[in-house]
Amino acid sequence: MRQGARRAAVAITSITAVAALTLAGCTADPGTSSTNGANPDSTGGASGQITDAEREAALNTPTDLTFWTWVPDIQEQVDLFEKEYPNIHVKVENVGQGLDHYSKVRTASKAGTGGPDVIQLEYQFISSFAQTGDLLDLTPYGAADIAGDYVPWVWKQVLSNDQILAIPQDSGPMGNLYREDIMTAAGVTEPPATWDDYKVAAEKVRANTDSYISNMAPGQGAGWLGLLWAAGVKPFGYDGDKTVTININSPEAKKVMAYWQDMIQNDLVSVDPDFNDEWYAGLNSGHYAGWLTAAWAPVFLSGAAADTSGKWRAAPLPQWDASKPASGNQGGSADAVLKTTKNPIAAYELAKWINNAQAPALLFSTKQNFFPTANSVLADPAFVDQKPEFYGGQQVNKLFAEISTTVDTDWQWLPFMEFAYSSGNDTFGAAVAAKGDLAAGLDDWQAALVDYAKQQGFTVNAG
Amino acid sequence: MNNAIKRKQNLVAYGFVLPFFAVFATMFIAPLAYSGYLSFYAHKLVGGVSFVGLGNYVRAFQDPAFLFGLGRTALILLIQVPIMLGFALFFALALDSGRARGSKAARLLIFLPFAVPGVVAVLMWGYLYGQNFGLTGQISRALGLPPANFLSDSLILFSIMNIITWAFVGYNMIIMYAALKSIPPELYEAAEIDGAGQFRLAWSVKIPMIRPAILLTVIFSVIGSFQIFNEPKLLVEISPTGIPQGFTPNFYAFNLAFVNQDLNYAAAIAFLLGFVIMIVSYVVQLSMQKKEVQS
Repeated sequence: MRQGARRAAVAITSITAVAALTLAGCTADPGTSSTNGANPDSTGGASGQITDAEREAALNTPTDLTFWTWVPDIQEQVDLFEKEYPNIHVKVENVGQGLDHYSKVRTASKAGTGGPDVIQLEYQFISSFAQTGDLLDLTPYGAADIAGDYVPWVWKQVLSNDQILAIPQDSGPMGNLYREDIMTAAGVTEPPATWDDYKVAAEKVRANTDSYISNMAPGQGAGWLGLLWAAGVKPFGYDGDKTVTININSPEAKKVMAYWQDMIQNDLVSVDPDFNDEWYAGLNSGHYAGWLTAAWAPVFLSGAAADTSGKWRAAPLPQWDASKPASGNQGGSADAVLKTTKNPIAAYELAKWINNAQAPALLFSTKQNFFPTANSVLADPAFVDQKPEFYGGQQVNKLFAEISTTVDTDWQWLPFMEFAYSSGNDTFGAAVAAKGDLAAGLDDWQAALVDYAKQQGFTVNAG
Repeated sequence: MNNAIKRKQNLVAYGFVLPFFAVFATMFIAPLAYSGYLSFYAHKLVGGVSFVGLGNYVRAFQDPAFLFGLGRTALILLIQVPIMLGFALFFALALDSGRARGSKAARLLIFLPFAVPGVVAVLMWGYLYGQNFGLTGQISRALGLPPANFLSDSLILFSIMNIITWAFVGYNMIIMYAALKSIPPELYEAAEIDGAGQFRLAWSVKIPMIRPAILLTVIFSVIGSFQIFNEPKLLVEISPTGIPQGFTPNFYAFNLAFVNQDLNYAAAIAFLLGFVIMIVSYVVQLSMQKKEVQS
């Protein structure tokens, strides 16, 4: 129907050709990449610290760096860096976003040469790249000195097995964005403080308006994990070596999902897929009266639902225990240095400076509208005192800066989050979409994760 | 003397085909052989590469995701392909009978969806299928009916069948129509003298005469069904849970390679899929040829 035999042949070839190209790197011994070409040891020694003299020398030597990131307009930060260190020339390249970016990073890293020096890396993928040994430990370059500059939970995210593997850039502590006008029409006068309140509010919204209090997208794995994070659940663990902990169907996780199953089956929240045209239309039309989401969302929403300006407000997530406010995180990135870099000192300085020096770091939150991770930016009046019109002049940044301090610090990721998300979508997500048994969905997800981890040779610690 | 000329000619002939063979060997044979080689190995995140023999193939036959994907393809073969080819044959015969008015415009309109790039088509259907704000949703609400969710886990397979039918009816129709045009007119005259009406003519003369063309469209459709990739890859954004990783075998191979980082297993799946396509196409061809001999 769609293509003839020749096209079939072409299709098979292209798949195999791509597989062949990618695998050409794969079959190389992973151990060689760390000793390839640029051995970081030769510039200072993994055990010893880089001295100021070495740093001075490296930064005064004309150097070319390549930086792979999909952050829009990051050239502005890089320009500031080049002004600060005129001998370092940085080439910014956007090779794709998310999975596209990561697969290219893997290929480049395995090839050993020709790859970038510095890469953008989401927190949830740091352990994946730590596992394959692609990331340079930044401790000898002085990264430990800036640990105190960051919100504690964020700093924990860039650590793996006592190594500092990246410099935090932005984050996404979770809160509750809602339409004040619809809530008022429904008779909800205060943002729900607890999940019980949230259910009562959801019932009022359903009874008195045409809206849902929020939409819980079945495939939004990062969002669901963020809600577990906020509830203090610890489904994943990784020791940085060969042992993973997988406990996604723990009684604590099931308790959280029992709440959502009740909400979904009573039609108190909708379960539409997100980030597509239908969903955008739903946000604009008031079909969804709220969104449980991350700190990057307030600015995103003011672009995506521009017609509803002035009607939105922000609040912390509803709580399980109102006396101990807690939140989770959804999204956010860091910048890491690849082991294959020939200029580790300059590469580290780039990753550090654009995220740590006050001018470029503040620029991220005013130009790119990122939610900051550095304490100094989180306290900067230029950031916290903003009163966006979209939220009726509410100090949304200030609110999320406070929420950021309540994020649990001990959350960990699996070293194979791509698979974790896709299998979660096929098991747990399918149960959400079917308005079915979410506990069974968690059980299926657990089984899929354990199978995969064993298949990949990990020692599995299942709860 | 004669031999020398011949040898020279042969050499020149080899020279002419050499560029093709060079490209064929490097771009087709080599990657194919390499992925065949890869399919006998396994790469683990912990422990690296090891030879597993037929292990990946054995795993595939026990892999519910792969088997369900094949099952979906079988459903498409059994339901969608007959419907699509039935429509294509009907349109071809209708246009060929010369009784339909504006047949040139109709031919173009039926063929047009095939000219729409697959990506655009799927995005367009994604909007049409939308339950709350899409066209079908708005129409059914205007009529006071509950809007069906064509992107739900239970309906998505049929929604995809609909897209494929829409896209490829015209393509198959053109093949059949071209075959109909090449039937010698004497046969029609003879049939008319024998008193055959239009339906009799279609059934007893036209369809048997274009049997090879129909066989061609069947084979194309069989292969195409196993190759379905664009539709799930694009619709997965708006129906993430309706389209699991192993929705179709081709889509599964892609996900294995680029999501699960399991390139060796993906290579095995791609090879298995190739064999399945060969076997099914051969069986179809054989059974249709048998019929031809019988009739």
